[in-house]
Amino acid sequence: MTLKSLLYGASFTFALTAVAQAEELTIATVNNSDMIIMQKLSPQWEEASGHTLNWVVLEENVLRQRVTTDIAAKGAQFDIITIGAYEAPIWGDLGWLNGLDDLGDDYDYDDIYESVRNGLSANGSLFAVPFYAESSFTFYRKDLFDSAGIEVPEQMTYDQLAEYAKQLHDPDNGVFGTCQRGKAGWGENMAFVGPMVNAFGGRWFDLDWNPQLTSEPWVNAVTYYVDLMNNYGPPGASSNGHNENRALFADGKCATWVDATSAAGFIFNPNESTVADKTDFAAAPQQVTNKGAGWFWAWALAIPASSQKVDAAKDFLKWSTSKEYVELVGESEGWVAAPPGTRKSTYANAKYISAAPFAGTVENSILSANPADATLEPVPYTGVQFVAIPEFQGIGNFVGQQISAALAGSQSVQEALDNSQAFAVREMKKAGYIQ
Amino acid sequence: MATLHSRAAARLMITPAVVLLLGWMLIPLGMTVYFSFLRFNLLAPGTESWTGLTNYYFFLTDPSFWDAIRNTLTLVIGVLLITVTGGVLLALLLDQPIWGQGVARVLVIAPFFVMPTVSALIWKNMFMNPVNGLFAFLAKSVGLQPFDFLGQAPMASIILIVSWQWLPFATLILLTALQSLDTEQLEASEMDGAGPLNRFIYIVAPHLARATTVVILILTIFLLSIFAEILVTTNGGPGTATTNLTYLVYTQSLLQFDVGGGSAGGVVAIILANIVAIFLMRMIGKNLDA
Amino acid sequence: MARAVSTRRKATFTVAAWAIALAIFFPILWTFLTSFKTEGDAIASPPMFVFFDWNLSAYEAVNQRTNYLKHFWNSVVISFGSTILGLVIAVPAAWAMAFVPAKQTKNVLMWMLSTKMLPPVGVVIPIFLIFRNTGLLDTRTGLVIVLMLINLPIIVWMLFTYFREIPGEILEAARMDGADLRSELLYVLTPMAMPGIASTLLLNVILAWNEAFWTLNLTAAKAAPLTAFIASFSSPEGLFFAKLSAASTMAIAPILVLGWFSQKQLVRGLTFGAVK
Repeated sequence: MTLKSLLYGASFTFALTAVAQAEELTIATVNNSDMIIMQKLSPQWEEASGHTLNWVVLEENVLRQRVTTDIAAKGAQFDIITIGAYEAPIWGDLGWLNGLDDLGDDYDYDDIYESVRNGLSANGSLFAVPFYAESSFTFYRKDLFDSAGIEVPEQMTYDQLAEYAKQLHDPDNGVFGTCQRGKAGWGENMAFVGPMVNAFGGRWFDLDWNPQLTSEPWVNAVTYYVDLMNNYGPPGASSNGHNENRALFADGKCATWVDATSAAGFIFNPNESTVADKTDFAAAPQQVTNKGAGWFWAWALAIPASSQKVDAAKDFLKWSTSKEYVELVGESEGWVAAPPGTRKSTYANAKYISAAPFAGTVENSILSANPADATLEPVPYTGVQFVAIPEFQGIGNFVGQQISAALAGSQSVQEALDNSQAFAVREMKKAGYIQ
Repeated sequence: MATLHSRAAARLMITPAVVLLLGWMLIPLGMTVYFSFLRFNLLAPGTESWTGLTNYYFFLTDPSFWDAIRNTLTLVIGVLLITVTGGVLLALLLDQPIWGQGVARVLVIAPFFVMPTVSALIWKNMFMNPVNGLFAFLAKSVGLQPFDFLGQAPMASIILIVSWQWLPFATLILLTALQSLDTEQLEASEMDGAGPLNRFIYIVAPHLARATTVVILILTIFLLSIFAEILVTTNGGPGTATTNLTYLVYTQSLLQFDVGGGSAGGVVAIILANIVAIFLMRMIGKNLDA
Repeated sequence: MARAVSTRRKATFTVAAWAIALAIFFPILWTFLTSFKTEGDAIASPPMFVFFDWNLSAYEAVNQRTNYLKHFWNSVVISFGSTILGLVIAVPAAWAMAFVPAKQTKNVLMWMLSTKMLPPVGVVIPIFLIFRNTGLLDTRTGLVIVLMLINLPIIVWMLFTYFREIPGEILEAARMDGADLRSELLYVLTPMAMPGIASTLLLNVILAWNEAFWTLNLTAAKAAPLTAFIASFSSPEGLFFAKLSAASTMAIAPILVLGWFSQKQLVRGLTFGAVK
């Protein structure tokens, strides 16, 4: 009996290994530091599983274009793609992604924050597993604020932000009052502008899908933004995206910066940043409201429906978004660099809490960001810094370009918003939302 | 002279090249023309339908369209002016007796070998970046405010980058042409008392005409579809300040995934490119036979 | 030689020419120097030119993240493959055009060159779809075909201008001696055409090596050449000037060296026979 079952087991194992042959997977990802760490650690998975990975690492805008082209035109070049909270539900609904509800009990789905899971699901099933999730909040230089004698409230207003930036702006000594995103792109400058407009009480569309880009809150918010950046921002702000600003802030060149909570792991990492011990943080600024003031975003891994290597790909997804992976990064790269915002167990881990002073604030920001209710006035869409419809990419990119031009001074804010409104109306007409 | 037999053979030998190029031109072009009449957005699968000229209407009334035409022309003409004038001057200089001419020429030719993406990245980050770039340092060291090249003068910056890449090419061709100039003619004119300026106008310039035409032809071919430099540095912005026709079509078809609209734009771009082509070909055709 | 050149005059021109040549070359030199710095030194103010701590950390960082040799090899295969394939198709065509000119020859040449003016973005989606249907996406074969097609007009044109300069009488003489077409090609034409073919090859290898639209849009990982390699360093995560410089140096060095060594042939090839 024992012998028989042993033999049976052995032959079963043999059969399994014969079926699960070594696959070569192509993975597309964004060149953010958390993904670079994933790439660095992935040989461990390759060794354990016998599969190999081909990496395509690209800047965010380019990645998005390449991945979208490939999946929409069924190019099937990628087995694993990195997408965000904007794409996952739309693409899942279109049937472009493999469902990911079957990674096994040991994956512990319940450990992942519900809001993050919801943000990556469509029709009740999960289509992408979160690698890290983020909201936005305010980084500021404690040392500069202290020496200027500024008390930072728990949630400052944008007016206060401008006031602080003014006081601390000191370009002769290489410190700019504030650094914010200016590089055009719906995932770049519009990720900052969107929540700011929410805080100023604005919205992208009214309930009938009429674009609202020339409404008063938009004018106020964008005027404020352009003035702020021109007066107290670094030169060349219109070509700075998240990564550029992060480099500037880490190099000690910015007094304030409202951006992704996930950047905290970088800013507070003394190996990467010169201001690790001089930085503090507060909630993202509010203005007339605090609704939708901090964005919600998750970078997640998904498998295109066209992939021929689903099993191997699932195995990698499971590995790279598991509790064990967080542990692995914590132990090998330092706990401050562990991928944030996805798993409750990370925030229950004493090592993480002690290494990452920002952990509690980040957790609160992520949990309080509500894509389903992010604007002062009612809207027909979900999303904080984006609108979850396929047409938004095009509109968001165009508006981003226009605002970036206003920031560079080549046109006025009013012109930028008029152009944006005209474009949005055209696109919404083309797509049949409005007549 | 040629026999019937060799004519047939010749035709046979040309056929593969012609057929391939014809296929390369017609098949994608045919598909592009077809798509341009469809409502076809990659992000909204299953909604493809015939829309007639709607895409053309939207593309041609796109406020960015005229900007793009203007930018395309500015870019082509700007780079041509710099590279041709600079090329002539530099060729004249390198043609003078100097020490280490060979090495100097090697240094001048180098940018031509650099990938457009690489040169754009280097210029953007290491030179033009207003915080850490070398130009910012130079400005600060003489007490000036660093200039934000890509924000304040985006088109001029791109023209500068592209000119840097193509100046060597122009210089080399013109230098080769100069070196084939009959020195006796020059000496004779010098004896007759012609000054350097007159010698340039009446002897050197006409001699360079043919080489200059070649430079203009080849540069125009490449400059009309400049793309990588824009993508890497400004993404067509700020606003539409550096969006050329190529980039506009890219935005439509690969950023908005509106294949119908992008195809209409592609067809328009192809028609415009052909108008330029016919114009250029006429000019070159004459000059090359002369 | 009748003109005496004063040393002073020569010195003046030498200084001027060298100043300009160095200015033009400076961005490449600066990139090369920066690639040996640490990230901190790379943005140091004032900038450090030679007296910094030379080290290879940027190269190590680049190699840890990417497989340079794979991309390098893809670049070699794609640029040489497409050019050689192009030559195979273009040599007969150019030969026929040069030695058996017909009324339409010039128009055909002009038409070929005009296909170069089609903006690639105009047809990228159709090509993408064709490649998907034929399984050519992310393959070197696919890129060899596309780059061959976009450079074919230039190859034909360059070869044509070369062949045209070969005196027809030599061929006549060979025919008189009873040479058939094959030996005419092999023993008479080829040796005379070799320099032209070589410079055509060189220029088109360079063009294909640097081509950054099709190589980026039709590849993912397996066939991605150095243009794709550099794209993954295009935006900073943290300080990145040294890494960017190291990656750039690695991407351009092979073709720069090749170009420098073959400068003479190249210059001749570049001029399209318009300049002698």
